[in-house]
Amino acid sequence: MSMISLEAVSKWYDSFKVLDACTTAIERGEVVVICGPSGSGKSTLIKCINALEPFQQGTILVDGISVGDPQTNLARLRARVGMVFQHFELFPHLSVLANLNLAQVKVLGRTRDVASERSLALLDRVGLRDQAAKFPAQLSGGQQQRVAIARALSMDPIAMLFDEPTSALDPEMIVEVLDVMSTLAQEGMTMLCVTHEMGFARRVANRVIFMDHGTIVEDVAKDAFFDDPSARTARAQTFLSKILQH
Amino acid sequence: MNDLDLDVITRALPWLAQGLQYTVQLTCVAALGGTVLGTLLALARLSPRPIVAGLAASYVNLMRSVPLLLVIFWFYFLVPLGLQWLTSAENPPRVGAERSAYVTFILFEAAYFCEIVRAGIASVGAGQQAAARALGLDQAQVLVHVILPQAFRNMLPVLLTQAIILFQDVSLVSLLNVTDFVGAAGKIAQRDGRVVEMYLFVALVYLVLCSMTSALVRRWQRTHSIGQHPETAR
Amino acid sequence: MNWRIFLETMPEGDATWWQMLASGLGWTLACAATAWIIALAAGTSIGIARTGTSRAASRVAATYVELFRNIPLIIQFFLWYFVLPELCPPLKRWVVQADPAAVQFLAATLCLGLFTSARIAEQVRAGIESLGRGQRQAARAMGLNEAQCYRHVLLPVTFRVIMPPLTSELMNLVKNTAVAYSIGLAELFFRTREMGEITFRYFEAFAAATLAYMVIALAANRAMRFIERRIAVPGVAGTARSAH
Repeated sequence: MSMISLEAVSKWYDSFKVLDACTTAIERGEVVVICGPSGSGKSTLIKCINALEPFQQGTILVDGISVGDPQTNLARLRARVGMVFQHFELFPHLSVLANLNLAQVKVLGRTRDVASERSLALLDRVGLRDQAAKFPAQLSGGQQQRVAIARALSMDPIAMLFDEPTSALDPEMIVEVLDVMSTLAQEGMTMLCVTHEMGFARRVANRVIFMDHGTIVEDVAKDAFFDDPSARTARAQTFLSKILQH
Repeated sequence: MNDLDLDVITRALPWLAQGLQYTVQLTCVAALGGTVLGTLLALARLSPRPIVAGLAASYVNLMRSVPLLLVIFWFYFLVPLGLQWLTSAENPPRVGAERSAYVTFILFEAAYFCEIVRAGIASVGAGQQAAARALGLDQAQVLVHVILPQAFRNMLPVLLTQAIILFQDVSLVSLLNVTDFVGAAGKIAQRDGRVVEMYLFVALVYLVLCSMTSALVRRWQRTHSIGQHPETAR
Repeated sequence: MNWRIFLETMPEGDATWWQMLASGLGWTLACAATAWIIALAAGTSIGIARTGTSRAASRVAATYVELFRNIPLIIQFFLWYFVLPELCPPLKRWVVQADPAAVQFLAATLCLGLFTSARIAEQVRAGIESLGRGQRQAARAMGLNEAQCYRHVLLPVTFRVIMPPLTSELMNLVKNTAVAYSIGLAELFFRTREMGEITFRYFEAFAAATLAYMVIALAANRAMRFIERRIAVPGVAGTARSAH
């Protein structure tokens, strides 16, 4: 069984169709990059997976549990899927450590001590253990995004969703975040990343999904996507040539 | 509970309309006078001379830290004395609460409008000031032709919202026995023993008038939100 | 001017005028403090309802705010004190046999509390909206439920952001207690007028009251500033509405 599977998922904002019959599956340990022009529905698609956005048609299963089923305990499902946002979304009133502890204590019911131990270990992993007592605003953008990744990992997720994790960062900070993500991928984490970092996709991804106008235009192995221009659709070709120009 | 007697409202309508007319009149005069005086106060507060700025600031802070009701009674009691001093008459002239209220509300609202104008001027941003000076305009020209027109456009919704608050605040003059809208209703309520009908009716009229006006202000704000740079709006 | 008037006793009773004013000041403070608690509790709840996921609750909250913001305060006092007992006979039966001061105090605190709550609700709503959708999504994405999201994420930040306008609201509340004079509550303004009417020493009485209100306003301002500094965290700035 796939870790995450989408079957003909469609979503409308009023009468405007933002997702059109999207079907794909992400296997355990797989790293999938989603790219495509802005407004193509990439972010909306991954936000449907942890039910931050509702969808009107189709089925999404996460580890066999249906996201759209009204019976599903969404809070519990979300707790098992980590998410990293474009603008970090650390909680500004909490220290770095408290940001990592909050959901562990309130959702998973861990004691503060157990949570802190786990949090510090994760901060160590992203190289920020010495910043634990600081507030988010006292860190650089790259550091904040690394904290946000550690915060998502603190819930021991079965999969991680990344929503353009580097697009709000200054260029010199992108590398430190991508490094953390690469390590995570090597350790076998199931990852679904919306990103325009094609270098990252080439190095780390197993598969690339190209979206346009709410549809999945291409869903192919990384090598086929990058190395076989003849297999690419014209739309993907245009998009790639635009972002690879620089 | 005795049944509601709606006739009492119908019969009192002409009297209530007179009261409402006074309320609207006082609101408009105080809003206009307050805006003019408030703008002058705001300019005084931004003055490079510390004495002028300090005096204006003290006036604004004093007015804003004292209950309106106390200010109304202060002026009711001070305006005749002030006129006596101005005209060097032998006895303080009889002014009456109806007329002293105009002075009260202009002077009181000026303090609130001053702060709105000050924020409006601040919203225009230093770049405009510098650009206008660079073109060779003098300080007064910069103010009149560049800063104030933009400031007023930015702050119009806040000014109008303050005017709606003023419209409601004017009702406090009824405690000086003035026949504004609330005063008129209160007098009927006492005379006919119809407190429930009169006060519910007054509440409803205010509710409708103020909701409609604030809805209009909000709509205007939505359609005219141009020129509000997030960087300069602070 | 005769400032010794404050040491003279009232015509009836043996209290001096300054003692009467002090007793009025006591009522003013008690009224403002009680109403502030009501206003914070109700205002926060309404603000939450206004921004929550329930459409119906949001509409009810919006109506609540419109209702309390668009009727003059003095009329709201009359509605609570004169009209409500007439519409509710059991309440009327209690009112006629209760201590008038208690009834006036109750009406005044409820009236001022709910009036102020509508204004606080708007501040809370604006504060929550200023945080954007991201904070809410981040909290929900970690498995926090809606209540936990408000309790641990949205409200702690919102209250830090809205401290300056909350300070203004507290000062407005203190000033608005004077309107309780209209239903006969023996607060500071009531006592000030009473002193003026009986002694004809209006100037002295009003001057004393003005000074007292200024001191309370200043104290309230300082207290809120103190709290604001105590709870301040880096990167969460208050939205200053009016510079003081």
